[in-house]
Amino acid sequence: MLELKQIHKVFNEGTPDEKIALDRINLTLNAGDFVTVIGSNGAGKSTLMNMISGVMTPDVGTVSIDGQNVTSISEYKRAKLIGRVFQDPMAGTAPSMTIEENLAMAYSRNKSRSLRKGVTKKRKEYFQEVLSTLHLGLENRLTAKVGLLSGGERQALSLLMATFTEPSILLLDEHTAALDPSRAELITNLTKEIVEKFNLTTLMVTHNMQQALDLGNRLIMMDNGQIILEVDEGQKGNLTIEQLLYEFQRIRGAKMANDRALLS
Amino acid sequence: MPTAVFGAFESGIIYAIMALGVYLSFRVLDFPDLTVDGSFVTGAAVSATMIVSGVNPFIATLVALVAGFIAGCITGVLHTFGKINALLSGILMMIALYSINLRIMGKSNVPLLNTDTAITSMSDVSNKIGMDSFFNGIFSAIGLGESLPRTWGILIFMIVVTFAIKFLTDKFLQTEIGLAIRATGDNKRMIRSFSANTNVTVILGLGLSNAMVAFSGSLIAQQGGFADVGMGIGMIIIGLASVIIGEALFGTKTIARTTLAVIGGAIIYRIVVTLALRVDFLEPGDMKLITAMIVILALIMPKFIDASKEKKRKARRKAEHMIVSQIPTDRKGDADAGIKTDS
Repeated sequence: MLELKQIHKVFNEGTPDEKIALDRINLTLNAGDFVTVIGSNGAGKSTLMNMISGVMTPDVGTVSIDGQNVTSISEYKRAKLIGRVFQDPMAGTAPSMTIEENLAMAYSRNKSRSLRKGVTKKRKEYFQEVLSTLHLGLENRLTAKVGLLSGGERQALSLLMATFTEPSILLLDEHTAALDPSRAELITNLTKEIVEKFNLTTLMVTHNMQQALDLGNRLIMMDNGQIILEVDEGQKGNLTIEQLLYEFQRIRGAKMANDRALLS
Repeated sequence: MPTAVFGAFESGIIYAIMALGVYLSFRVLDFPDLTVDGSFVTGAAVSATMIVSGVNPFIATLVALVAGFIAGCITGVLHTFGKINALLSGILMMIALYSINLRIMGKSNVPLLNTDTAITSMSDVSNKIGMDSFFNGIFSAIGLGESLPRTWGILIFMIVVTFAIKFLTDKFLQTEIGLAIRATGDNKRMIRSFSANTNVTVILGLGLSNAMVAFSGSLIAQQGGFADVGMGIGMIIIGLASVIIGEALFGTKTIARTTLAVIGGAIIYRIVVTLALRVDFLEPGDMKLITAMIVILALIMPKFIDASKEKKRKARRKAEHMIVSQIPTDRKGDADAGIKTDS
C-alpha cells in the first residue's frame, strides 16, 4: 500500500527558472492496485517516481508505504520495499556480471548482505525456475554476462529482478519506451503476467496511451505538477484513446481559459 | 643473469599483493585510487618502526595491514560523504599520508638490517628444515650452481601468502557483500535500487584494497631491509602496469582468472624492468620512466592492434566486394556488345 499526502516540490526556487514540479499531490494506492500514469513531458511523472523511490525528498508532504512513513528514509533503505524498472534497459542490471550474479543481488534486496556465497546451488535452481517464466531461454545461460544480452532480454531480466522478491511497491518508469514494438509488447505482456501473479501494487508511467488503457485497474493523468484526471476501476474498462485526448484538451483548455481570465 | 631474474620473480610475487589491491580499486570498484602511493609506505613505515622497537614482526605486519585499511577507508569517506572527486580524494590522502608516514618513522629512512623480520624468520625456518639445501641440490645437478638464490624459504613463503590472498579475494568477490561491491563499480544506480548502500561498499572496497597495498609495502620493507618515505612514489603506476599487462596476456574471463593474471602481470613487470635496467645506458633512476613507458605501451598497443585488425578486415571485405562487382561489369560489357551487333 502506498500513500502520498500533499507532496510538494519546487525546483530552482527563487530563480527565474523556478518550476513547481509537484503541486500538493495526493494519491493512494491500495494493495493490489495497478495505476498507470500518463502526461506530457514536464508534467511531473518522473519527479513523482523519484519522490516515492527516495531519489529526491519532497519540500512538503509525506510518503507512506505499508503504513510506515518513509519520507526521510534514504533511497537504499527504501529499496527493500520498492522494486524499480527504469526506461533505459542498461540501467537495471550490472553488465559485466553474470545473469546468476545479477539475480543473486536482486535476491538479497530484502535481506541483509553477509559473507555468505551469493550464488549457491540451491539458489541456482531457484533462479532457473524463475527465469523459465520469461520464456526467453535465459535459464540455460546463467553464467552469461548480462552485457551480452539484447535490450529486450535485459529489460525482461530487469523486470524479473525487480519483482521476484515480491516488493510492496513496483515502480515502472516508461520501461518499454526504449524497445522496438515487438519487444515492447513482450515486456508489456510479461508485466501483466508478473503483476497478476504476485498481486503487486504497481505504479507505471507510460507515454503509450494504448498501454495505459490495456494495463492496470486505475489511470491518472498529470499536467503541470497536478493530477488532472483520475479514472477509477469501473470507468477504466470503457475508456478509449479519443476520450482520453478529449478529456485532456477539455481540462487543459478550461485551465488555460482560467489563466487567461486571471491575467487579463 | 638468472640470479637477477630470480630476485625479480621474488619481489614480483610480493608486489603482486599490491597489484591485487590496485585491481580491487581500479577495476572492481572503477575508482582510480592514488592513495596507494601513500598507503604502501604506511605499511612499510608502521611495520619497520614496530619491528625496530622489538614487536613481533608478524604482529607488526598485521598492524600495517590494518593501517592501510584505515587509510583506504578515509579516502572512501572523502569521496562518498565529502563528495570529493575520486582522483582528488586519493591525491589528498596520498599527500596527507606523506607527512603521517614521516611522523610514524620519525625520520625519512628506517633500516631493518640485522633485525629479525617476517622474511628472515621464514628463511631461517626453511634453512632449518633443509629446504634450501634440497632445492639447491636439484639446481646444482642441472648445472645452475652459481646462480643460486640466497634462500628458497622466502620465495615459497611468499607464493603461499600471495595465493592465499588471491584465493580469499576470489571467494570474497563471490559473497553477497562482494557482489554488491562489484556492482558498485559496474552500475551504482542499479545496486542502490537493490538496497545496497553504495557509500559503504565504496569505503569497504577502498579499505580492503589499501590493506593489501600496505601489507605488500610492509613485506617489501622487510625483504629489502629498510622503510623509506619515498619508496611509494609511482606505486599506483606499477600496480596499474601489473594489472594491464596481466589482463592483456592472461585474459579476464572469470574473477579467478583475472586475479591470477594480475599476479602474473606483477611478476612479468618486475622481470621486464630488471632486464631493461641491464641495458648499458640505462640507470636505476630511469626506472620510473621505463614504468611509464611500459604502461603507455600497454594502454596503446591493444587499440593499435585492434585498429590494424579492423583495417585488414576492411581490406579483405573490399577485395571480396571488388570481385563481386566485377561480375556485373563483365555482363554490362556483354550487353553493350549485344547492342552493337543489333545495330
